[in-house]
Amino acid sequence: MTAVTDEVLTFDEAMEKYDPVLGFEVHVELNTKTKMFSSAPNAFGDVPNTNVTPVDLGLPGVLPVVNGVAVESAIKIGLALNCRIAEKCYFARKNYFYPDTPKNFQTSQFEDPIAYDGSIDIELADGTVFTIEIERAHMEEDAGKLTHMGGSTGRIQGAEFSLVDYNRAGVPLIEIVTKPIVGAGSRAPELAKAYVAAIREIVKNLGVSDARMERGNVRCDANVSLKPKGQEKFGTRTETKNVNSLRAVEHAVRYEIQRHAAVLDSGTPILQETRHWHEDTRSTTSGRPKSDADDYRYFPEPDLVPVVTNEAWIEKLRAELPEPPAERRKRLQADWGYSDAEFRDVVNAGVMSSIEDTIAAGVSAAVARKWWMGEISRRAKLADVEPAELGVTPELIVELNALIESGKINDKLSRDVLDGVLAGEGTPAEVVEKRGLAVVSDDGPLLEAIDGALAAQPDVADKIRGGKVQAVGAIVGGVMKATRGQADAARVRELILQRLGVEG
Amino acid sequence: MAEINRDDVAHLARLAHIDMNDDELDRMAGELAVIVDSIKTVSEVAGDDIPATSHPIPLSNVFREDVVGETLSNEEALLGAPDNADGRFKVPAILDGE
Repeated sequence: MTAVTDEVLTFDEAMEKYDPVLGFEVHVELNTKTKMFSSAPNAFGDVPNTNVTPVDLGLPGVLPVVNGVAVESAIKIGLALNCRIAEKCYFARKNYFYPDTPKNFQTSQFEDPIAYDGSIDIELADGTVFTIEIERAHMEEDAGKLTHMGGSTGRIQGAEFSLVDYNRAGVPLIEIVTKPIVGAGSRAPELAKAYVAAIREIVKNLGVSDARMERGNVRCDANVSLKPKGQEKFGTRTETKNVNSLRAVEHAVRYEIQRHAAVLDSGTPILQETRHWHEDTRSTTSGRPKSDADDYRYFPEPDLVPVVTNEAWIEKLRAELPEPPAERRKRLQADWGYSDAEFRDVVNAGVMSSIEDTIAAGVSAAVARKWWMGEISRRAKLADVEPAELGVTPELIVELNALIESGKINDKLSRDVLDGVLAGEGTPAEVVEKRGLAVVSDDGPLLEAIDGALAAQPDVADKIRGGKVQAVGAIVGGVMKATRGQADAARVRELILQRLGVEG
Repeated sequence: MAEINRDDVAHLARLAHIDMNDDELDRMAGELAVIVDSIKTVSEVAGDDIPATSHPIPLSNVFREDVVGETLSNEEALLGAPDNADGRFKVPAILDGE
């Protein structure tokens, strides 16, 4: 492994002189039950080399057969990316000799991808929209998993031998390739992250992939090149592999921009090569230069027949597509009347669907947001789970809210009620009963507590009498404490002011 | 005129990680050239009106249901492997010679 640390410019310096051009190849593993060309299970984490058939091992005489569901998933992805769907497309053999494929070729598509010429709009955090053109989306199969042994680092460099698990070999993959993305300027790293996030969201929303990046369901190769400002011609690009989290995509693009700028500034040409991303050092190292070894000798796969589509089939699949995530967000934000910041927080907290369900169950958008962004998010954070996993149902929130609105309990007590319900003590009404949580609405005990609080803070009482009505909060606080939160704060305030003969 | 020369064979051998000496390259270039020339006779028969095809039978959309079938056991999978360890295929160091 090369121990040389590359020179980099600061990002701002790089941006002053150069315009970045990006390109992405995102591989999406489909969540079909079986593999692309065999009936072996498509499953993660099983005993090595058990989810394999003779087809996956490339044994002599085997014949692959295409998974029909995978083809439909590919078409759905194409449609979701606003692509044209090929009337007729073929599979091809991409020949290379590396032990991650036992066949010495990967079955892929070459000249005729199933989907092509698409585009998607990517919205950045501040609302800026970039349109990214999609070159193609094609069907192929995943490779086996290599583990390099014997070296000091577990990396391929210095390894003595490698172990191969073919459980992943043949898992259906859709490779989505963008056209060159120009004009992103200093937003390039942010756009890179947002693009991959959008692809992940789209395939998850379609239900065609589990889209878990930590499991490699969505993997990104990021191409970066720089051209001096004002120049039309693209510079030489590098392709950074192993960029497998959203944060890594952003960092890798930023790093490569800074590194390219330093290389170009020194007067050296960029070497067209593969770079490897290292999360620990947040930098890339040189992989393999493009060479005549990238001669894949593609030819049509003679064991598979063409895929032919027709309008009726495509339109049937189009009709099955769910509402696109971006459109759904726009619709919901408008319906709910949340501000951009409020809505962004809701999305980031992962409670948008929960809020939607809760509103549908019968509370206002404001109340649903109060619960999901407040108490439920707080509990989820403490328990280190997703808010939706806490077991709080929309119906429960509706009941709690009804109790608050009727004045039976207040916000503070509602948290205790929630505790009781989650502890299995019954419905909210039953918990109120059992725990004796109802708001103290009888003025008698309240007045007693108020007198106690006024006596305890005579100086505050004097201030209020003297017209400083805002000081009443201190007395209200004392009363709430004395009644262990079981008083209606608004009523307490009213009574204090009456007691002192002051107009509220 | 042979379509396959010695350099082509050397290039293919490198792609396929096959070690070939000079004699073997010469012999293989000659043999492959004969095969290519033989197959070329097909294009003499097929006129411009015959589209290229990758499959002899005019079939399309041969699909499989997405239903899990029989798989090999780990032992069966590794049966033909020259070497194995930890239930996995054991292969020589991959970057060797690159």
